[in-house]
Amino acid sequence: MIFSVDLLIEAIAFGILLGGFYAAVSLGLSVAFGLLDIPHVAHPAVLVLGAYGAFLLGQYGIDPIVAGLLLTPVFFALGAAFYRVYHIAFESRGDSAAVNGLAFFFGIVFIIEVLLVVFFGVDQQSAEAPYIGGSLAIGEMRLPYRLIVAFVVAIVLASVLSTYLSRTFYGRAIKAVGQDESALRLMGANPVKVKQLAFGIATGVNALAGAVLLIMAPVEPTMDRIYIGRTFCVVVLAGLGSMSGTIVAGLILGITESLVLMFLGTAWAPAVAFTLLLIMLALRPQGLFGR
Amino acid sequence: MRYWSACLIVILGIAGIAFSGINNYFFFAGFVVLQAVVLATAWNILGGYAGYVNFGVPAFVGAGAYTALFLHLSIKAPLIVQILGAALLAGVVGLLVGLLTVRLRGIFFSIATVALIFIFETLVINSRYLGGATGLQLTRPDPIIFENYTRGLVVVMAVMAVVAVSLARYIQESHIGRGLRAVRDSEEAAECSGVPTLKLKLLACTVSGALLGAAGAPMPMYLSYIEPASTFNLLYSVSALAMPIIGGMSHWIGPVIGALIIATLQQIVTVTISSELNVLVVGVLLVVFVVAAPDGIVGLVKRWKTSSK
Repeated sequence: MIFSVDLLIEAIAFGILLGGFYAAVSLGLSVAFGLLDIPHVAHPAVLVLGAYGAFLLGQYGIDPIVAGLLLTPVFFALGAAFYRVYHIAFESRGDSAAVNGLAFFFGIVFIIEVLLVVFFGVDQQSAEAPYIGGSLAIGEMRLPYRLIVAFVVAIVLASVLSTYLSRTFYGRAIKAVGQDESALRLMGANPVKVKQLAFGIATGVNALAGAVLLIMAPVEPTMDRIYIGRTFCVVVLAGLGSMSGTIVAGLILGITESLVLMFLGTAWAPAVAFTLLLIMLALRPQGLFGR
Repeated sequence: MRYWSACLIVILGIAGIAFSGINNYFFFAGFVVLQAVVLATAWNILGGYAGYVNFGVPAFVGAGAYTALFLHLSIKAPLIVQILGAALLAGVVGLLVGLLTVRLRGIFFSIATVALIFIFETLVINSRYLGGATGLQLTRPDPIIFENYTRGLVVVMAVMAVVAVSLARYIQESHIGRGLRAVRDSEEAAECSGVPTLKLKLLACTVSGALLGAAGAPMPMYLSYIEPASTFNLLYSVSALAMPIIGGMSHWIGPVIGALIIATLQQIVTVTISSELNVLVVGVLLVVFVVAAPDGIVGLVKRWKTSSK
């Protein structure tokens, strides 16, 4: 392949937009794992579930983004209820939660995958919307609208979450619960309730992020596996629980992946996130912006 | 003594059946069940005893399978050399993963092992010699002792299962097992009490990795075909983890019981209903057990014994 500046600029522009998308799909995990220390391996599976939810509503002619917004309260309730089960079964028991808690979420991954296969089949499903397919031409460069939509949603979502977490009482309580539960209890807040709220938010965000996933590419039930690497890579890179860090980390992953995609080929792209993740875990597990 | 006679009976029994005229399907399924015993036992050495959850089982199985393939393609190595080579390479990978435990615990360690799967898979996909993304069709060598090759493989797998279980039993009953249990309960406390935690963890990772790799080595010959997507399938992880948890992680017999029950059940469900539902069965059983019976079947039996006294 001949190296050219135009190509490099296009790869970086593409990477920035892709990075916004990766940040969007990682925000929920950033809350659940980053702030609450819940080993939420099932996050990508819930994400794909959200994508299928948007696909299902799309059958009735609803735009994916609108579908994602409609599903957010449903996912919020599901997440809050799910956290209750997790809390009773693992957190309140205390010991040996490490292995079993991880195994629990890992089991959930496969239950979601199989249910999606049973209801929707193994074939790829895609959405229809006016902005899917077209692209914005800037000079020689073509940027797909779907990427731009994903990027905008990511920025809006991250700003809303970040504002909520730093400006409101409950938002600050969520930030506090990950740091010192007993201190929070002394302040008169119930840590379990706060965590339930936070996990609900983390799951609710996934409905919208799932819709973005559907806009980005056709989805299939086992798609979550590759996103284990991407989402955890972003969250670890960001340093646990930082929303603005999540955006920056998403951009780093997006640009790296886009460069590899353009200069090495598609076959190498899936390993990018995992390699970055492994390097990060080996050298600086607390992340770039870690506390 | 009783243990070793039981092992001998298992191997001789399976070899005896392999000489008999039983339907070939039985062996096809038997291989999978015995392989499950090896995988579950190997996983448990690290996951059950030391508390480090390895999600990367397919990385080791795949590394083993592709090492075997490489040895087959390059020097036409016999099966036993393939298995030893696979165990060696996967053992080295295990050792390297063990070094990660210096810094990574809990979910960080688990996610790092998932990363290995995708990195290995990508390497294989980009290697034309190993068949790339489409895979390779292989011709099996002529069967030596038994009337067909699968029967021979089943006996080989039975020997591997006995080796794996014996190693797990030895580890559990020796100072290594005691040290690993201390690591699981509290790594800091273990370190302070003079347990050589890193040495033991490296040992556990190496042995576990080598056994997982060895279990993967006969795969290319068993299927006479190999391709990356099914070799590096994450389903190996959930099975290898569900079986010890369902059987019980604290005793070597737990993974054996779990593997025999789950793998047999999976074979029955795959044949009678569908292969998707067998994944659902494992997932649901895993979730039910970690919530309702975290000590597995062994734990349930223990509780039942003490309460009936």
